[in-house]
Amino acid sequence: MNLFTQQIVNGLSLGAIYALIALGYTMVYGICKLINFAHGDIIMVGSYIAYVLLANGISLPVSIIASVVGCVIVGVLIEKIAYKPLRDTSRISLLITAIGISYLLQNLCQLIMGVNPLTFPSIINIESLNFFGVTITGNMLVTLIISIILMIVIDLLVKKTKIGKAMRAVSEDREAASLMGININSIISITFAIGSALAAIAGILWAANYPQLKPTMGSLPGIKAFIAAVFGGIGIVPGAVLGGFLLGLVETMTKAYISTQFSDGIVFFILIVMLIFKPNGILGKNEKEKV
Amino acid sequence: MNNTLFEVKDLEVNYGLIQAVKGISFKIDKGSIVSLIGANGAGKTTTLHALSGLLKHKGQIYFEDKDITHLSSDKKVSLGIVQVPERRRIFANLTVIENLEMGAYLRRDKEEIKKDLDKVFTSFPRLKERKEQLGGTLSGGEQQMLAIARALMSKPKLLLLDEPSMGLSPLLVKEIFNIILDINNKEGVTVLLVEQNAKMALSISDHAYALENGKIVTSGSGKELLNSEDIKKAYLGG
Repeated sequence: MNLFTQQIVNGLSLGAIYALIALGYTMVYGICKLINFAHGDIIMVGSYIAYVLLANGISLPVSIIASVVGCVIVGVLIEKIAYKPLRDTSRISLLITAIGISYLLQNLCQLIMGVNPLTFPSIINIESLNFFGVTITGNMLVTLIISIILMIVIDLLVKKTKIGKAMRAVSEDREAASLMGININSIISITFAIGSALAAIAGILWAANYPQLKPTMGSLPGIKAFIAAVFGGIGIVPGAVLGGFLLGLVETMTKAYISTQFSDGIVFFILIVMLIFKPNGILGKNEKEKV
Repeated sequence: MNNTLFEVKDLEVNYGLIQAVKGISFKIDKGSIVSLIGANGAGKTTTLHALSGLLKHKGQIYFEDKDITHLSSDKKVSLGIVQVPERRRIFANLTVIENLEMGAYLRRDKEEIKKDLDKVFTSFPRLKERKEQLGGTLSGGEQQMLAIARALMSKPKLLLLDEPSMGLSPLLVKEIFNIILDINNKEGVTVLLVEQNAKMALSISDHAYALENGKIVTSGSGKELLNSEDIKKAYLGG
């Protein structure tokens, strides 16, 4: 029983990071109908920026803020330079561009930081809590708290603020939104900025939990967060959160009870099965394709 | 005195190799209702989209004597040129109130927005009853009212209405046209009306243009066109 409860806690903490990344995927998809495959690599950018600053003796809060700012700039620039010129072309061109950008970021990182893995310093030094044999490490606790706060902030932003409402309007009908005077370009930039900021935080939390940095470190969590977003229903904000937590739980449970080696395979298999029965995700509406 | 609010000169719109609008020019006087009638495919909606800045086009557009040809759609809205698009295009997953807030997107005067919201709810009591409902759950007539109300929230000087009667029962069409008249009379909003329902449109128009294959073929006062034999044959069913 303790093992099971322990795995739930582990799964939730892992899932919280997936959820943060998935939010970026899903928001960008909602606005641009683009699967931004470079999003995972923003995690890498975020953790490397934090690493370099921390290694040079800069304080943790400043490093975190700089990492967020850095990722926002990178994310917004990617949209302006690579995606915007292709906005009215086919979605496939956009998708291929996104994959290209992903490799570009990885290779740039290799060029600047080298291929050898780096070790992220331990930044969360809180003692583990123990409840009836279930251990919650400081890392897990901080990850969960920060992620949940950010999710609530994003939820409020999308639901209550003018910008959030405009984002929903743009995601539903871009042309009608521009007829309301909404500047589509700035809404898209804001969306990329928010997604990248979340990815920066997710990157730092990821590095705190799994302290090995390498140029490709963002791709697997990125892909899994993408799955989480599809799981929950891509384009739907609460879906990304739900999908993230579910994916975290499924992954830790498979690792604990079925197989460590096969856990990723099993996660992907679940996605395939899920897409057969619910192609639009758990919270997605089953809309028939209009002909 | 120059009473022209809006002027279009030699507007041309191309879709690839196909020319949908072939050099049309017209003027809209301040405070008037002008309609653009024509059959399906005549280029009416294309014209409106070009005027709103959604489509690339040739030719010039002037508003209050300023050249606004190259302004983006959001800049045009900020000047007071607001379109109520064809098929209403309300935001189905936003509530009625949120839809109206989007209409007021560019405004910063919170107090005034609140007053205007109350005003809209007084003119459209049915929208008030449904204000927390999602836009997509409204009936066709209610959606058209919401689309008009949403545009009014931006405090337009010139309202571009694209087929407001589309898909509505004759009774509702009458109601919508009365609303348009009210907006023009009481609020002093200038209206450019694009309609297939030529009879209704002409009956409330000060001036009208008939569009055929992307060209203006006839123009005159609403009354003149209503009584013109050609127009009767072409658009009013004999």
